[in-house]
Amino acid sequence: MIGLSHYLIVSAILFSIGLMGVLRRRNLLMLFFATEVMLNAVNIAFAAISHFYNDLTGQMFAFFVIAIAASEVAVGLGILIVLYKKHGSLDLDDLASMRG
Amino acid sequence: MYEEIAFYLFSALTIGLFLITVMSKNVLYAMTSLASGMVLISGFFFILGADFLGVVQLIVYVGAVMALYSFAMMFFDATRDIKEKNTPASLIFLLGGLSALVLVMMFAGPIHSDAVQALYPMHEGVGNAQDVGIVLFTKYLVPFEVAAVMLLVAMIAGIILAGKKMDQSLTEDRGADDEILQQKDAK
Repeated sequence: MIGLSHYLIVSAILFSIGLMGVLRRRNLLMLFFATEVMLNAVNIAFAAISHFYNDLTGQMFAFFVIAIAASEVAVGLGILIVLYKKHGSLDLDDLASMRG
Repeated sequence: MYEEIAFYLFSALTIGLFLITVMSKNVLYAMTSLASGMVLISGFFFILGADFLGVVQLIVYVGAVMALYSFAMMFFDATRDIKEKNTPASLIFLLGGLSALVLVMMFAGPIHSDAVQALYPMHEGVGNAQDVGIVLFTKYLVPFEVAAVMLLVAMIAGIILAGKKMDQSLTEDRGADDEILQQKDAK
């Protein structure tokens, strides 16, 4: 029988994968992919808790997370395109221009 | 029985696909595996009885977000492998340890939460979409409207950021029109 902790463990593993990606990636587009992985992992946890506690609040929060992720992608990709036009690269080490 | 098979299949495939997303050097591979992982995550939602959430996941993530990413990839050179310098291991160990601590606290949370009561319980014999709609348009109406305004703001910001020089109309610019016509004539 699959319980709540199974879903939470899968969600935690996926979140750790996303966190690892955020820590090791240096390309901004790949960093965006890693944040999407983290957001999806959290959505699984919300849906599982909503199911096992028989409460709709978790699903509501998952909806708002999806809405926020969609707007984040729209604005973030616009910024990435502007950055790429300006610098010709999306590497974080090339973009670090404020080093003292 | 089927639930267990589906759960283990989906979780193994999702973990593998997201590992490819995080580890791959090719943007195209990373994006494709991310899209398929999101399809499988909507499978999790369908197992959990959150039908409407699963459909929204398919439409918004796999439909809209991945299409946005693939259009944005046309601005960047997608076929070239990405060269990255890796972060020093000590930093990753420190941050990984901190996040592991947070995860332990997350797992300990449900054990001590027997007193949790359902604020908006699901109803028997009512479809998930109906249930979600009733709660969304009564209790969560204000956040819903705020989210709608936020999406509008994000759309305007995306258009303005990505479409620079859109204030110069292509049709009113006679010189550009003439150039295009001359090129057509030359052909």
